Amino acid sequence: MAVDNETVRRIAFLARLKVEQEKLEDTQSEFNKILNWVEELGEVNTNNVEPLVSVNDEALSLRQDEITAGHISEEILKNAPAQEFGYFVVPKVVE
Amino acid sequence: MADFIIETEKGKWEIICGLEIHCQIISKSKIFSGASTEFGDDVNENVSFVDAGMPGMLPTLNQECVHQAIKTGLGLNAIINKYSEFSRKNYFYADLPQGYQITQFQYPIVGEGFIDIDLADGSTKRIRIERMHIEQDAGKSIHDIDPHKSFIDLNRAGVGLMEIVTKPDFRSPEEAGAFLRKLRSIVRYLGTCDGNMDEGSMRCDVNVSVRPFGSNEYRTRCEMKNVNSVKFVMQAIEVEAKRHVDVYENGGEICQETRQFDPVSLSTKVMRKKEFAHDYRYFPEPDLPPLILSDELINHIKDELIELPDAKKNRFVNQLGLTSYDAMVICENKEVAEFFEKASQGRDAKKVANWLMGDFFAMLKKKNLDINSSPVSPDNLGKLVDLITKDIISGKIAKDVFEIMSETSEDPEIIVEKNGWKQVTDTSAIETIVDSVIAANPDNVASYKAGKTNLLGWFVGQVIKQSQGKANPAIVNKLLREKL
Repeated sequence: MAVDNETVRRIAFLARLKVEQEKLEDTQSEFNKILNWVEELGEVNTNNVEPLVSVNDEALSLRQDEITAGHISEEILKNAPAQEFGYFVVPKVVE
Repeated sequence: MADFIIETEKGKWEIICGLEIHCQIISKSKIFSGASTEFGDDVNENVSFVDAGMPGMLPTLNQECVHQAIKTGLGLNAIINKYSEFSRKNYFYADLPQGYQITQFQYPIVGEGFIDIDLADGSTKRIRIERMHIEQDAGKSIHDIDPHKSFIDLNRAGVGLMEIVTKPDFRSPEEAGAFLRKLRSIVRYLGTCDGNMDEGSMRCDVNVSVRPFGSNEYRTRCEMKNVNSVKFVMQAIEVEAKRHVDVYENGGEICQETRQFDPVSLSTKVMRKKEFAHDYRYFPEPDLPPLILSDELINHIKDELIELPDAKKNRFVNQLGLTSYDAMVICENKEVAEFFEKASQGRDAKKVANWLMGDFFAMLKKKNLDINSSPVSPDNLGKLVDLITKDIISGKIAKDVFEIMSETSEDPEIIVEKNGWKQVTDTSAIETIVDSVIAANPDNVASYKAGKTNLLGWFVGQVIKQSQGKANPAIVNKLLREKL
């Protein structure tokens, strides 16, 4: 499996990463190196092996429905680049 | 069932529609954090570090949300999957602080099911459910405070949602409307979602395509997101289907895209073309192992399930003798059904139903009240019906009694007593009035005897009027026939 230039551009866009035009080639070859390396796994025979979702084989533990958090809006907003009236403020986003 | 066909000069078209409904789960705390789900609290007060997407914070699944989902699945006559998984759906949006939504993708908690919907012509239709999964809600963006900024409140971020996906089984706007009302009724009965579309606790995405009537192909569909009332969903389906027909008949093609329905102009406009469509890159959520449910838990919830609208409706029809329509109207709302059961206890249920759906509903509507704040209690409505059934008051007087009950909340027996409205069933007392009416109107008596028998009604009216409405009409009728 190999990715082309366009795919690299698209993945960068989806991850909101800025990849300069001159870096695209490099990034593409890095992607392909990683993909080739992972492809080695294809050599392992996985017939009759259930897909493994997680290496953590603990069962999912459930929480009681209780209110144990909240009312920390000051701390929640502390890292926000901009805030007003208790809201996070961002450049206008309307689809 | 009446088919909904779009007919033009060039041909006949059929609508194909499927719905995706997001229902906010009723629980005290959020699905993956201990923050409150309370609606309308101060901005960003019900936000934990998990909800804010702070690095290193881990989600822990709320047991109540799982139970609510199982309950809802059972209410949808669906398979409960004992194995389900959470996945990450990746996208960037200002009201999604994690940068991904924890949802279920390949292995949802609820599989295929169905809901039977009731249509206006009295028929029912089965709508198949494809699946239902649980996920977290996003925060709320407010765009109208400032022309250049959006304001984000994360109180809703992380509230549990159930997303119900139907098969493309709707062939008319009416069917989609009936489905939403039925679904809302079911989740409200179960107490798993409050079903308020105008507050956004139930939200609907509508998928629409059309095909030439009689064919069985599936053409390209368009999706309208977050249509927020039953009426708008019905309008959106019709408007969008007609747009498709128009495009096809003019030789055009429909592109798969997300559109926005505008209820003011009754039209849809494009929001997002397919080439800009999201690529969500789902993958299994590494922070949560698979969710495994035991038969014991599922059966326990099944045992505790309350009677749902369909079962209640059937019972009202078969045991209480209501018509299917009356039973459907009464059962749509759990509170109304409970009120009716209390009011009809040990009485003629059919008569109680008539009063409930007639004067009682009209009164609530006029006063703009919901049934829980009704001035007339179920017990008093029942007593009023008793007074009529036992011939203590006439149907006409009952209306006056009801009028007073709805102002003062008084017991109808006391109202009748206080006003001296007990119907006169004493034959001799009525006879006196009958005699005086006959004596005072010799001309009409003569006409009646000459064959104008429809004057009987007039005589009855006169006698009842003179008795101030208290004379029993049946006795008046009988006496007049004898004496004339």
